[in-house]
Amino acid sequence: MIPVAFDYQRADSAEAALAALAEHGDEAKLLAGGHSLLPMMKLRLAYPTVLVDIGRLNDLSYVRDGGDHVAIGALTRHRDIEIDPMIAEHAPLLARATANVGDPQVRHRGTLGGSLAHADAAADHPSALLALGGSVVVRSADAERVIDAGDLFTGFLESALEPTEMITEIRIPKHTGAGWSFQKFNRRAQDWAIVGVSAQQVNGHAQVALVNMHPTPVRATAVEEALANGASAADAAALAAEGMEPSSDLNASVEYRQHLARVLVGRALTDAGIA
Amino acid sequence: MEVTVTINGQAVSADVEARTLLVHYIRDTAGLTGTNVGCDTSSCGACTVHLNGEAVKSCTMLAVQADGQDVTTIEGLAPSADEMHPMQEAFMQCHALQCGYCTPGMVMASVSLLDENPNPSEAEVREGLEGNLCRCTGYHNIVKAVLTASGATEGMPA
Ligand SMILES: Cc1cc2nc3c(=O)[nH]c(=O)nc-3n(C[C@H](O)[C@H](O)[C@H](O)COP(=O)(O)OP(=O)(O)OC[C@H]3O[C@@H](n4cnc5c(N)ncnc54)[C@H](O)[C@@H]3O)c2cc1C
Ligand code: FES
Ligand code: FES
Repeated sequence: MIPVAFDYQRADSAEAALAALAEHGDEAKLLAGGHSLLPMMKLRLAYPTVLVDIGRLNDLSYVRDGGDHVAIGALTRHRDIEIDPMIAEHAPLLARATANVGDPQVRHRGTLGGSLAHADAAADHPSALLALGGSVVVRSADAERVIDAGDLFTGFLESALEPTEMITEIRIPKHTGAGWSFQKFNRRAQDWAIVGVSAQQVNGHAQVALVNMHPTPVRATAVEEALANGASAADAAALAAEGMEPSSDLNASVEYRQHLARVLVGRALTDAGIA
Repeated sequence: MEVTVTINGQAVSADVEARTLLVHYIRDTAGLTGTNVGCDTSSCGACTVHLNGEAVKSCTMLAVQADGQDVTTIEGLAPSADEMHPMQEAFMQCHALQCGYCTPGMVMASVSLLDENPNPSEAEVREGLEGNLCRCTGYHNIVKAVLTASGATEGMPA
């Protein structure tokens, strides 16, 4: 399968990429690792007329100490996140979620910025970003803004990014030493989650996000509120499917997904040390 | 557009469309047909090659993304025409292939796996090869071959 023909431009700086986006608007797409975009282009579900390759912007591939947070360049590959010592210390949930993405070949190419911009409810990173309470730094040719994880995912494969904007950095607050858990239920190691859960303890309360339980990546607010109001972990986990609109597909019916969410949130809370 | 990829140490230049996939560049432009296409949907790993030393699926990359980079294919693994790479040797010794279709990708993924984790456990080998499907062997002898190449076959049932 071969994508529809397009104009290819390789950006040698973030500025050049942003200028190309400003010029071409929604005709253009950024190409980072290409591990969501190229499969969609091959299936002709996406057909940008201009492809702006940002895959060589090595100065946007980094993990740095930002004081109260860990700053991760948008072009940092999954593999580099998986094995990074600073992420292991301050945001182990992100490292574990990343290690569960696809397979080694996918993790050698895919980037954190690409995964978040793609905004797939079935993907692992968005749930980790939500549970960790992270944010993304977004630039256009003439402005910069920070979007909180809670405001980033707006619809099915839709994010709050404008077509002229690019994620340059991801910021994860440090959760050093706090309990956490990542649960992913699938049938084969390489597969996407049928349902997944990211849970992070933050100052004694829990931040919980779900994978593949809603059209968007989503926080399990019913669970979080019940815990905040003193419910036991078991009682809170029973609310995991409240307010969710999961889809039904080859792997699972709606009812089975709801069941999985309750079971996996229960496991995640226990694993994260939330009683 | 003009693309130059160094494949197995040799620069291969061609004027190709930007939408040309790396695997087609390798097979059709460079004429190296050891790299197979299985699924063409990023799932099976038959198209696995090394990009700058790391395993990647060449059906999910554009040739232009590899412009100016180093690619190694199964043809470039052996040190010489009459000597096999230790991983190829281990696959042969352990009967790690039947039809052989998955083998080039499986060997490339296995070499990359040992580069990153020289002494893997059996479980780590199984998980490390999650991106490569084999319809014939049931994986057992593939896992054995990788452990053999790593120098650890202790505890592996025959
Ligand atoms: C076989 C396979 C299995 C997979 N399994 C999983 C899995 O289990 N879990 C999981 O979470 N993911 C999985 N993935 C997806 C993988 O994680 C992708 O790498 C990721 O979703 C996209 O990152 P990318 O860098 O490849 O982005 P690309 O494909 O290059 O881009 C994706 C989208 O984001 C845009 N974009 C990219 N970078 C930026 C940026 N910096 N700013 C703004 N927009 C940007 C692009 O224009 C495009 O629309 C899998 C992929 C494959 C091929
Ligand atoms: S042909 Fe590339 S992964 Fe199957
Ligand atoms: S040997 Fe036939 S697919 Fe693996």
